[in-house]
Parts: sequence; C-alpha cells; structure tokens
Amino acid sequence: MEHSNHPHSFEPMNDELTGEPATKTGLDRRKFFKLFGGGLAVAFVLQDMFSFAGEAAAPGTALVPTSQVGAWIHIGEDGTVSVFTGKVEVGQNIRTSLSQIVAEELRVPISSIKMVMGDTDLVPFDAGTFGSRSTPQMGGQLRKAAATARQAMIDMAAKNWGAEGKTLQALDGMVINRETNKKITYSELTKGQQLLLPISDQARVTPANEWKVAGKTVKKINGQSFITGKHQYVSDMKLPGMLYGKILRAPSYNAKLVSVDIAKAQAIPGVVIVHDGDFVGIAAPSVRTAARALQAINAKWQETTQQPSNANIFEHLVKTASASGGRNAGAPKGDLEEGLKSADFTHSKTYNINYIAHVPLEPRAALAQWEDGKLTVWAGTQRPFGVQEDLADEFKIPKEKVRVIMPDTGSGYGGKHTAEAALEAARLALQAKKPVKVVWTREEEFTWAYFRPGGVIEVSSGVKKDGTISGWKFLNYNSGGSAINTQYKIANHEIAFLPSNTPLKQGSYRGLAATANVFARESHITDLARLIKMDQLEFRLKNSDDARLTAVLETAAKAFGWKSLGRATGHGYGIACGLDKGGYVATCAEVMVNSHKEVKVIRVTQAFECGAIVNPLHLENQIMGSIVQGLGGALFEAIDFADGKIRNSSLSAYRVPRFSDIPKIDIVMMDRKDLPSAGAGEAAIIGIAPAIRNAILDATGKGLTTLPLIPNGVLT
Amino acid sequence: MVLNVNGVKHEVSLEPDVELLSVLRNELELTGSKYGCGEGACGACTVLINGTPSRSCITTVGSVAGKEITTIEGLEKNGTLHPVQAAFLETDPFQCSYCAPGMIMSAVALLKNNPAPTEDAIIKSMDGNICRCGTYLNIIKAIKLASKP
Repeated sequence: MEHSNHPHSFEPMNDELTGEPATKTGLDRRKFFKLFGGGLAVAFVLQDMFSFAGEAAAPGTALVPTSQVGAWIHIGEDGTVSVFTGKVEVGQNIRTSLSQIVAEELRVPISSIKMVMGDTDLVPFDAGTFGSRSTPQMGGQLRKAAATARQAMIDMAAKNWGAEGKTLQALDGMVINRETNKKITYSELTKGQQLLLPISDQARVTPANEWKVAGKTVKKINGQSFITGKHQYVSDMKLPGMLYGKILRAPSYNAKLVSVDIAKAQAIPGVVIVHDGDFVGIAAPSVRTAARALQAINAKWQETTQQPSNANIFEHLVKTASASGGRNAGAPKGDLEEGLKSADFTHSKTYNINYIAHVPLEPRAALAQWEDGKLTVWAGTQRPFGVQEDLADEFKIPKEKVRVIMPDTGSGYGGKHTAEAALEAARLALQAKKPVKVVWTREEEFTWAYFRPGGVIEVSSGVKKDGTISGWKFLNYNSGGSAINTQYKIANHEIAFLPSNTPLKQGSYRGLAATANVFARESHITDLARLIKMDQLEFRLKNSDDARLTAVLETAAKAFGWKSLGRATGHGYGIACGLDKGGYVATCAEVMVNSHKEVKVIRVTQAFECGAIVNPLHLENQIMGSIVQGLGGALFEAIDFADGKIRNSSLSAYRVPRFSDIPKIDIVMMDRKDLPSAGAGEAAIIGIAPAIRNAILDATGKGLTTLPLIPNGVLT
Repeated sequence: MVLNVNGVKHEVSLEPDVELLSVLRNELELTGSKYGCGEGACGACTVLINGTPSRSCITTVGSVAGKEITTIEGLEKNGTLHPVQAAFLETDPFQCSYCAPGMIMSAVALLKNNPAPTEDAIIKSMDGNICRCGTYLNIIKAIKLASKP
C-alpha cells in the first residue's frame, strides 16, 4: 500500500458504523428475514438452523445481522455472557469499560462477561478503533443491545410463570418475581441459544445517575495476565512449525531495487525467500538464521537524493500545498477584512509543527497461517477489518477466506491502522507453507510505519481593547483539519486546511491535528490577551460561549490557584483549552526558566470533562497518559530526517518522556452524569503544549511558535 | 552451556554472543520479557541476573551462563503473586501493559536494595524503563504501595 500521496487516507471517519453493516459478513439481511421472518415469533434459534438453511455455521455470531441482539451478546448455558465487538484493546481499557456497560444494562455480574474483540470471524464489522468512538458509539450500541436482552429475559420469565412483567426484576443474571420470590436464571431461559430479537431503541437504558457497575472504578479485568507476563501479545505468539520472517528494507524512501542476489541466502538450510519486485522477504526456522540470511543478500538500490529534510520541511509543505481545502476545512464567516480593519491591534504569526512518531512500545507484529486456502492472521492493529480487506485484496481472495484476530496489543495511539506486517507475514507464509511471524524492529517501526503529520499554521487576527476578537484567519498546511474551527465567539473568520505533498508517510495520531490546531490557536489567543493587557484566563472566558468550555476553564483555574499566583523569578504560568471528539479540556502549566535558559515544567493542572464517567481510574490513566504523551510532542519529540532517511530511528536517539520528565500533575475529572459519555483517549492531549508555551511566554516574554518547543531543553 | 532461569537449569547449545532476550523468548518460551528497542534504552526486557536488573536485549547468553536469571515468570511462587506484583495489581496503573514485566522487574530490584525508597529514588532508579502510555505517576504509586512503610 502506498499512502504518501494521500495524507489523510487513514484519518478516522466520522460516519463509522452508522449504517447497516450486517451485510459485510455472513448472512445478508434480506436472506435472514426470508429465513426467519420479519416479525419474529420467537426470540431464539439454534445455531444448527443456519447450517440447516444451507449457510455455513460460524462458531461465533458474525452470521447474525447487527440489528439483532445476538450479533453482540450471547448468553451461554453456563451463564457466561459473551460480548462481541470489532473494537480492540490497545490499552485504553475498553475491555473493562465495555464489560461494565453490558453488566450494568443486562444486570449480570461483571465476572460473567467475556469480551470477544477484534476477531473478524466472530464479531460484527467495525471500521476500527479510533476517533474516540468506542465509548460513545460502541458503548451505546452494546448498552441498547443489553437493555433489549434484559427486557426480553423479563418478558420470557413472565410468559413462563404467567406473571405480569412489572412484578419482575432483572438482577445478578436472574429474573426475580418480587411477589412470589421465584427466580430463574438467564441461562435457564435461553439455554445457550442465539438471541434473535431486534435491538430496540425503545429499550430503557439505565441513566448514569442510577449506575451501579458502570461509573465506578473496576480494575483491568484481565490485569493479572499482564503483570505476570502471561498475556500473549502477537509478538509473543508461536505456532507449531512456525518460521520467523525478515524483510529486506530499502536504504531510503523511494529507493528502487536495481539488482539482488539471493543465492547465498537461499543456500542456508531451512530458509525460504520471497522475491517479488522490490519486495524481498525471508522466512527461517530461527530469528538468528533469518538475520543471517538477510545479511547474505546482496542488493543494489538506486536512491533518490535531494528529498526534503528538517531544514526545509516547512517551506516544502507551504510550497506544495494544494490550492483547495481538504476535509474539515472550515467555512468562512462574516467579513474578515472588515473585522481586521476594525481591530485595535492586529497580530500575525506562523506556527510550525514537526513530524513525530507514535512509538508504540510493541512494534508492529503479525503471525500468518494458511490452512486449506483460508488465511488467518493475528496482528497488532487498530483496524482488524481494514487489515482483512487489505489481505483479501493482496491475495485476491474473498474476505470470508481471511480471518484477522487482534489479541490485546502493545498500544497504538493511532499508529497501528495499517497492515504492513500482516501482509509481509502472509506473503512469506504462503510461500513457506508454514506459519510465519514477522515482528518489526524498533528501527523498522520508526522508519516504515507512519508519522503524525508535520504542518505549518498561519494565523492573522485582530482584537479590540475590550477583548472582542474582531477577525481571525487560520490557515493550516498539511497537519489536518481536526479541531480547526475556533471555539470562541468570532464574528469574522476564514479557516482552511490545505493538504501538502508530504515527504514522509503520515497518518492518524492520538488527537490527529487537534494538537497542532489547538497549539496554534491557543498560543495566538494568549498573545492577543497580552496585546490588550488582559489576563489570559479572563480573555478566554470573555470569548467563550460554550458552557462546557467555560466550566473546564474555571475548574482548572481554580484547582491551579490561577487567581492567587505569585511572581517568583523565572516562573511563568500558562493556560489553554479546547474541545475535540466530545471531550472538553483546560490545562494550566507552571514553568521555571533559570539563568541558563533551561526550562523546567513544574506542575500541570488539567480539568477534563467527557460526559458521564464510566471508569474513573481508567479515565485518569487516559488523561495522565495524554498529558505525558503530549508533553513529549510539546517539549522535545521530533523526527529528524534527510534524503529519505530517518536519522533518529532508535529510542536512544528519539527521546520520549520518562519518569524524570514528569511534572507534578493534578487531574480534575468532571463527571457530567446528565451528558452521554464521550471517548477520552484523545481530547486530553491537546491542552498541554499551548499551556506550556504560554507559561514560557509569561516567564520570559518569548512566544515560541514551533513544536517541539525546546528540543534541547534550553531556550535559544 | 547451562542457563539457570527461575531456578530451572536449561542445557542449551547456542553461540555465546546470542542475546539473552532472544533465547528467553524464542528458545525457552518465556515471553514475559519484551522487546522494545534492542539497545537497552527502554527497559521492557529487564530481568534479574544474580539479583541485579539487567537489559536482556543487550546481555549475551555467554555472559550469564551459570548465573541466576530471574524473569517475570519466576516471581510468582506456588500460585502466589510477588508482593510487588500484588501492589501493581491493586494499583492498576497500566494501560497497554507491554512495559509491565520490565517495570515490575526493575521495581523488584529497587525495593530489594531499598525497601522504602523516596519518590526521587524511585524516579532515579526507574528512569531506564519507558511507559509510552505515560501513566508514570500511577506506576510510582504502585511502587510506593509495595514499599515498606
């Protein structure tokens, strides 16, 4: 796959899973209703009926249309509640939070729930785990399915007992008759059959203020397997007869393979080589043999010189920008020219955003196995169905012949949307006729995955002495359109996003371009406040007409002690706020700049609000993780590249935050039980960079405009 | 050569310059120790060699033959978690948890030498372990919970 000319080809889609994806797998909807009728007289059908009807019976529920409860939830004869979702666990702890949601609605103990995640043979189609959609969208879907199932249990028990539904109560996996004290378990009612009843929008879901299981801290449900080292990540897996794969990599981007001599490598016992165009891959019985074979290959490459580098990247992005806007390019409003003319002060700045790497601690890994024409791939990916499609395309086989399974993986942060390792392992396994595992090295992960886009953002604005922002022009080259629209009351504005010709492969990253856009916007806003000598918090509050934004600002400021800050030498204070994907954030930072111009972030206070909180501890981990990951991109992370080569492709050269980098962090989580739960993995990252930047400005008068702010720890 | 891992002696015939991590993971099927960087920069592969925390990705098997090697799999005794593991389970600080085995091994070594470390001592001692999910402050909490009061 070649993505470099399609900078946003794997940005999350907003319309993920809104349609009727049932037709993507198994039995289509029309056929289903022909078999079972539209108005279902019974709620259940034995799995055997599928094979009886001439359809291949799958072990899971993927044959059931997604409009049916049975596609999502199955109650086993032993009382185990299996929950099927295409969402995957990359550390955000949705295995736990989605279990809480189902346990809450179905009224079953959380220990009875078994989450089946990201297995394309077993779960309904899902576009992928990104865009902070798991909680609002999948959570909502499972909540409705579970509520429908709960009501069905009550109805069935009522029918069984000839009792009235309103005297019955669902509790602890049972229906209880409050008048007679009779009890019947769900598994006695369903006898392990599929739940074939349409998910009802009318089913009463439990409001957050009545939650008993959701809304509380439940520990990671398979936590023990991780802290004992027993959990098998894909890179840990091993199948009988499995070979280890290695790929011959080009010395630089856009290099062409001129000639290759594989004879010596091929002569090593047990080595299988696939050579197809520029792809040369090796499978060998041990990692060491694979490495030896790779070294034995003599390849000549023709490299492309004069490729953009750090030194000229920002010019390059502006120069190669497309003339018209990409996705999410904001619409103009009012009369910008008039707005700027009416200002007491105008201000123009250009902000530069470097490319950064996700650095998931587990690099890309995949294990592929072919059996009777069917391909099974275990892969660390945020998009199992996307990988399935890529594999089906590559080998020109129907998707039903490809099963992708995603065991809980060593994180992603938006960086594991693509199928590279899966394709490599599957190509090698096909030729070797044995299972093959490919685990990327750290250098490969840095070089051949993709990056958060670099970008240039030009902002011109006007402000009146009373704090009114009279005009706002915001032009983003290449970093993306997420959160590009201003969150403030501005009568006149022009906002646009223009994609450029990126020299590096780029794609999704936690928060997408929201980090870049909020950095530029919130830096600029503090500059405007200084121009009119207004406090940066007060200026934001004056221009906010969003009550939730105002609330996070006020909450963060209060917890930080904004109103009573001292003026110690070298210390400075900054604030920033924003909203993205349903989450609201305000961040305050204190920095200290010493006489050697070394910058230290002393403390950070962040208020975060994403509706009703599902799991407070895991939400705290998401927010803390966002702040810390954001700190890296804010202070020192940047990809160093030239002539198609990454020059800091190791963890000793590319610095990520460590224990000693972490300031004091205070997190204030605002629980809005009256609002639907939004995702929390992304919005919490956007405030930290501008808050620190504004604090450095406050301390020194120096308004930095490039991310990272202080790559060497010192102001220059 | 003989590798003494978690109290079990393994007779292996390997070139002495092979990295210990690769042998643990691929030969002995002890996959709890993780690969993260291959240069001793992230700590995901941390094991104890005669009680000293070591990066197994840059440790050759030749250099540890006959020594006592402890991996994450060797902490649990008779089905009971090591107190440090129990503290991490209780605190629940991890997200993806890929760094967890290395973090726990480093913490075990720290607390053995210094049963009640200050926060500064924890930070200094753990700085070679990266948690890319960034939940460092809750990891510190877990180590404090495992500390002697």
